[in-house]
Amino acid sequence: MTSDTDAPGPFPTPPHAFEDADGREITVRSLASTDDEGFESLVAMYDDFDPSMRAQGIPPTGEDRVRSWLDTLVGGDAYNVVAWHDDDAVGHATLVPDGDDAYELAIFVHQDSQGCGVGTRLIRTLLGYGAANDVGHVWLTVERWNRAAIALYEKVGFETMSAESFEIEMEMDLSTARVQTDNTG
Amino acid sequence: MKVLLGIGGSDDSLDALDRTVERAVEAGDELTVAVLDNPESDRSADEVIDHATSVLEEAGLDADVRHLTGDPGSELVELAGREGFEQVVLGGGERSPMGKIRLGHIAEFVLLNAPVTVSLVR
Repeated sequence: MTSDTDAPGPFPTPPHAFEDADGREITVRSLASTDDEGFESLVAMYDDFDPSMRAQGIPPTGEDRVRSWLDTLVGGDAYNVVAWHDDDAVGHATLVPDGDDAYELAIFVHQDSQGCGVGTRLIRTLLGYGAANDVGHVWLTVERWNRAAIALYEKVGFETMSAESFEIEMEMDLSTARVQTDNTG
Repeated sequence: MKVLLGIGGSDDSLDALDRTVERAVEAGDELTVAVLDNPESDRSADEVIDHATSVLEEAGLDADVRHLTGDPGSELVELAGREGFEQVVLGGGERSPMGKIRLGHIAEFVLLNAPVTVSLVR
């Protein structure tokens, strides 16, 4: 927290490299299209995703469903970032336009890469990517029992808007967010 | 089986209507369609009643179509208990831009408060 502002951030922009808590070199890069090199690795990550880690019906199960789901997210007007360890996709975060000038956010980290700080770096890089592209209002929903996810969202600056149903709705105003210029940290 | 289908006019509820009617024809269920005032739906109750009536006619299924006024969740739960329905059926939720399933407020209320089995059609 800085004393002069409550604005979110500063957030890094992709590409963003760091060492995770297990000492692995991780790089977060943007993914612009399903034709990008590495898209197949992302499909493979979701195909291998622990079904018990699914949330609100996504990611879908089975490679065909994963592909058609990713086709709606990657490309077009969405912003996508992927965390890489060597040639393996280990995490994915996305901002999808909701048709109402706002973006819905979601993040998934492969079960073998959880608990070592990848999720925090990944979501912060996505927010930096969005802020650098003039994304303003960002929202998400999360199941109310998913305390680890809620803690992550709160840590990066999301605030709870509605908590009266099975899901909690959170939001952030990215228009005032600060973007980190030095991307080594 | 005596089945109570609640629809408010959202897309997932109309999908549930098609599937439940199809299932009732196959299984010989005794179906009642309750049209609810869903503030989250763009379609009026009259439009939904007309639509339900034509779907039933097309399927050749004789079923009651009723308009439930008042709070949709509690009216549906109350009707299910009062008239001895064995199952309540509802739409399975809408999808967010991301593809996340979001249950409507009516479904949440009915799931928690119904005295009988509740099915969400997906």
